[in-house]
Amino acid sequence: MSAFRLNLRDGVGTNLSDKSISFSFDGKSYRGIEGDTLASALLANGLSIIGRSFKYHRPRGVFTAGSEEPNALVTLHSGGRTEPNIRATEVELFEGLVARSQNRRPSVNFDLMAVNQLAGKAFSAGFYYKTFMGPALRGHKATRFWWVCEQFIRRAAGLGRGTTIPDPDHYARMNAFCDILVVGSGAAGLAAARRVAASGVRVIVCEESARAGGALASSPDFIDGEPAREWSADQIAELSAMDNVSILTRTTVQGYFDDNTFFAIERVTDHLAHKDRTVPRQRAWNIRAKSAVIATGALERPMVFAGNDRPGIMLADSARRYAVEFGTAPGRAVAVFTNNDTGWLAARDLAKAGVIVTAIVDVRTDIEASIRVLGEECRATIHSGSAIRSVKGMRGVNGIVIATYNELTGELGADSKTIACDCVAVSGGWSPAFHLTSQQGGKPVWDTELQAFLPGDPLQKWHGAGAMAGEFGLAQAFRSGEEAALKALADTGVAMPKQAAKIGSGPDIDGDEIDYAPAPVFEINSGGKSFVDLQHDVTAEDVRLAHREGFVSVEHLKRYTTLGMATDQGKTSNVTGLAIMAAASNKPIADTGTTRFRPPYTPVAMGAIAGEKYGHLAAERLTPMHDIHVESGAGMYANGPWMRPETYNLPGETVEQAYIRETKAVRAGVGIVDVSTLGKIDVQGPDAAEFLNRVYTNGFAKLPVGKARYGLMLREDGFLFDDGTTWRFDEHRYLMTTTTAGAGRVMEHLEYYRDFVWPDLKVALASVSDEWAGVAVAGPKSRELLKVCVKKCDVSDKGLPFMGLVDGVIADIPVKIARLSFSGELAFEVYCGAHWGSALWHALMSAGRKLDVVPYGLEALSTLRIEKGHVAGPELNGRTTPHDLGLSGMVSSKKNFVGSVLLQRETFSKQDRLQLVAVKSLDGQRIRGGSHLVAGSKDEPGISQGHTTSTCFSPELGCYISLALLEGGYKRHGEKLFATNPVRDAHVAIEVLSHHMVDPEGGRMRG
Amino acid sequence: MRLTCPYCGPRDHQEFTYRGDATAARPALDNTSVDDHNAYVYDRSNPDGLHRELWNHTSGCRTHMIVERNTVTHDVVSCEPVGPFAEQLK
Repeated sequence: MSAFRLNLRDGVGTNLSDKSISFSFDGKSYRGIEGDTLASALLANGLSIIGRSFKYHRPRGVFTAGSEEPNALVTLHSGGRTEPNIRATEVELFEGLVARSQNRRPSVNFDLMAVNQLAGKAFSAGFYYKTFMGPALRGHKATRFWWVCEQFIRRAAGLGRGTTIPDPDHYARMNAFCDILVVGSGAAGLAAARRVAASGVRVIVCEESARAGGALASSPDFIDGEPAREWSADQIAELSAMDNVSILTRTTVQGYFDDNTFFAIERVTDHLAHKDRTVPRQRAWNIRAKSAVIATGALERPMVFAGNDRPGIMLADSARRYAVEFGTAPGRAVAVFTNNDTGWLAARDLAKAGVIVTAIVDVRTDIEASIRVLGEECRATIHSGSAIRSVKGMRGVNGIVIATYNELTGELGADSKTIACDCVAVSGGWSPAFHLTSQQGGKPVWDTELQAFLPGDPLQKWHGAGAMAGEFGLAQAFRSGEEAALKALADTGVAMPKQAAKIGSGPDIDGDEIDYAPAPVFEINSGGKSFVDLQHDVTAEDVRLAHREGFVSVEHLKRYTTLGMATDQGKTSNVTGLAIMAAASNKPIADTGTTRFRPPYTPVAMGAIAGEKYGHLAAERLTPMHDIHVESGAGMYANGPWMRPETYNLPGETVEQAYIRETKAVRAGVGIVDVSTLGKIDVQGPDAAEFLNRVYTNGFAKLPVGKARYGLMLREDGFLFDDGTTWRFDEHRYLMTTTTAGAGRVMEHLEYYRDFVWPDLKVALASVSDEWAGVAVAGPKSRELLKVCVKKCDVSDKGLPFMGLVDGVIADIPVKIARLSFSGELAFEVYCGAHWGSALWHALMSAGRKLDVVPYGLEALSTLRIEKGHVAGPELNGRTTPHDLGLSGMVSSKKNFVGSVLLQRETFSKQDRLQLVAVKSLDGQRIRGGSHLVAGSKDEPGISQGHTTSTCFSPELGCYISLALLEGGYKRHGEKLFATNPVRDAHVAIEVLSHHMVDPEGGRMRG
Repeated sequence: MRLTCPYCGPRDHQEFTYRGDATAARPALDNTSVDDHNAYVYDRSNPDGLHRELWNHTSGCRTHMIVERNTVTHDVVSCEPVGPFAEQLK
């Protein structure tokens, strides 16, 4: 094919301005015109091979002019903005655009992988099942053959490659409400929008392309005496000026969900050369509409014949649009192959734009005189009752061989005639684009007259209009648009005067009157590779093979052949594939049925779905002392949504050196740590004690006022859920603390029991995590530190014994002080109102100056508790019980509580369960978290007997240690094993220890 | 899907947390039958049609409600508050 730029004039290149633009494709620089798509610009530059096909690496060119494109997929941009598998037909050209072809090695014009074509039979339907199913390799999930082939297949498969560099763009999510959503702004959508807008209701119109107007943009017809394009532009301008109407262009409605919720993606800056980085790249819209008019048009479908995938073969209406809208001739000599009247319209418009149309080949013999006239107008030779037998040319089209065709038997005659051409414009009829309503579960109905599936009955509040509803042609589009508008208005409950509820005669249309129903011909079977699904390389023979092998249902056909499963989701191939299956099984298409479409309509960037949950817009929670940590030079660390200080590095210190220093300082003197992130729940009411007693494993009924208690919570299935201390402030008031990560789910858990299980208990719950600031003061000198600054209370061992709780004042700040220890040292937790947090921190730091107090971070906090053998998140992993973690003593046998019954299941008392131990490195190597505990050498490690959970360097033991869960671990102290981590190439000799590594008797924290 | 919170009105389902099958009642506190607890925790009927579910308006007022929903069509038939304050919300 040699496409080229036509002489631009009135009616040729209606989408183009006069501004020249430079862009690059595969590293080479080209010029296009503002208004071009990447596809039209590549065609205008004479490029025919744009990509390589998925399986056989056959050369492929531009096939369509819209979002249904199966072939012309490219990779756009570079670095973090690299975006693979983008349809060149949808990319608006801008200055400096960088695009690359894909799935080719080394280049799109010479692809070594094209040898796959020679192995055609091997890659037929069910290739993977047939080739790789069989007895699996011992210890593996696959056959040996798969084992050998996998790496080659993985390298060869797939289309474009994504990037691992983070996406620098940002995205937004939008919520919108309207009375009526109009999807599509072609003739039908426009008619509906005008009608509903006039009634004053809130209207949103979504249009997939850059300009509203749909097919009117390239229609040769005149409306009210004006060219359709200009008429539609005026209408849109009028609509845009109305306060109750929003028109979203470059917005694809991707999904239709329950409660009339639509999901749409708006491409905000993708088409701009100079992108305003202050606005999001794309917006993801959730649009809730009381009712909707769906006017998404129809997609032209191809004919299937031998060699129908050659570059230079494209859909007839797309060829027409390239000439009219983009001033680009799809070839020097175009042959049209059709089974319906619209192919003739395309031929006429191509010729009018200055393209040579050499022949029109129509499978039908009975063609209206008014249609034959169109062919004569473009001086093409007309071959009715004929079809394409084969295509000449390997990397493009040199000509076609046609033969007489019997429409009734589907047989080709023995004759043959060669027609020289370099482009074939194909039309196999039109398939209404009812993807959105099909997503909702509406069952499509086959219309034999139109040879198309129609959307079927609505399950929600929507009304189809135009070609989407099988109403082809301008006059029908306008009428059905108005009808749908009135039905949608009725849904919204807007009362309408009688006069307004009438359908007018619509605008005056001067244009072609044609029959849109095609002849029921989908495939010309002449042997040779005939492609049904161009993107996944599924041939007509693959479909028949599936039928022969028993995969007759459409859902099986889809999965066995991968028909319609590529990024285009079979927009141009589904109906043809079904028709071929129907013919093979000798059933009507209506009985074969169709698969249900799934959202999204076109591929969606992950960033648009993540929206502000990703990148710098993601929510962060900061403690009241956050700024102090940052000023102190702490490296801040994301712990769930919370930002927490990792370590307070001194100049030149590594993180490891810093946490070792901080840990030693706490064990030898005193340190303070911000514990404000702990979940805090205020529990009040006359039944609060009883409530706590039911949700904790240990007794809470008798906790005295002014005392704190450590508690364990289980799920109903007996597994550990969360832990923390609960403080009794007075008779009916408690403050429960939870783990940082567990705060939300503990609150939900408690609310469930309060509201649903025991609503009779008089207890109120409030999340107060953000209301309190907390600082833990730990180390043998912690009491000394508090004595310097605390007023109005006694912090001596007598005044504040272990697990005691007092009210006091520090630097005029009212505080609550509990004597708790996570580190195993003498320690206190000091809580105050959140807004006093930073003042409290400063007060404690200055009180401790003479004692050389250190602030310590999450790493030291963790090291201290690992050494002490206290459990946290990695041990409370949802698969451990109190018995597994050495906490059986915390489980009361005197009461029933959440989880008490199922905790008694036999399996939980088995002695070979994973049990909590500690391990220490014997060879000086660091132990990685998640390492498996094995008995064997690095080469023959043997099976896993457990794994490490929380690891650190222990200054106390002078080596790397870890908490671990080991099969029957309680009885294995002293055993020597290995902690192996093949992913990180680590194999560390370890010894199993009791998890109580520091002060097992607890003398320090009680002292 | 949207749910009508008895306190806040119709809201997007993303604001709610599904808390499970509302027909599964926890055995009484003094019931120590493993079978009864096992049924409460694990046995679910997965009905085709109307189903009673417990939802919590976690990103809103945190009211628990029983939602009667058709599992085939996703039609929500009713949203009734539960808990100690249910009467005040009706």
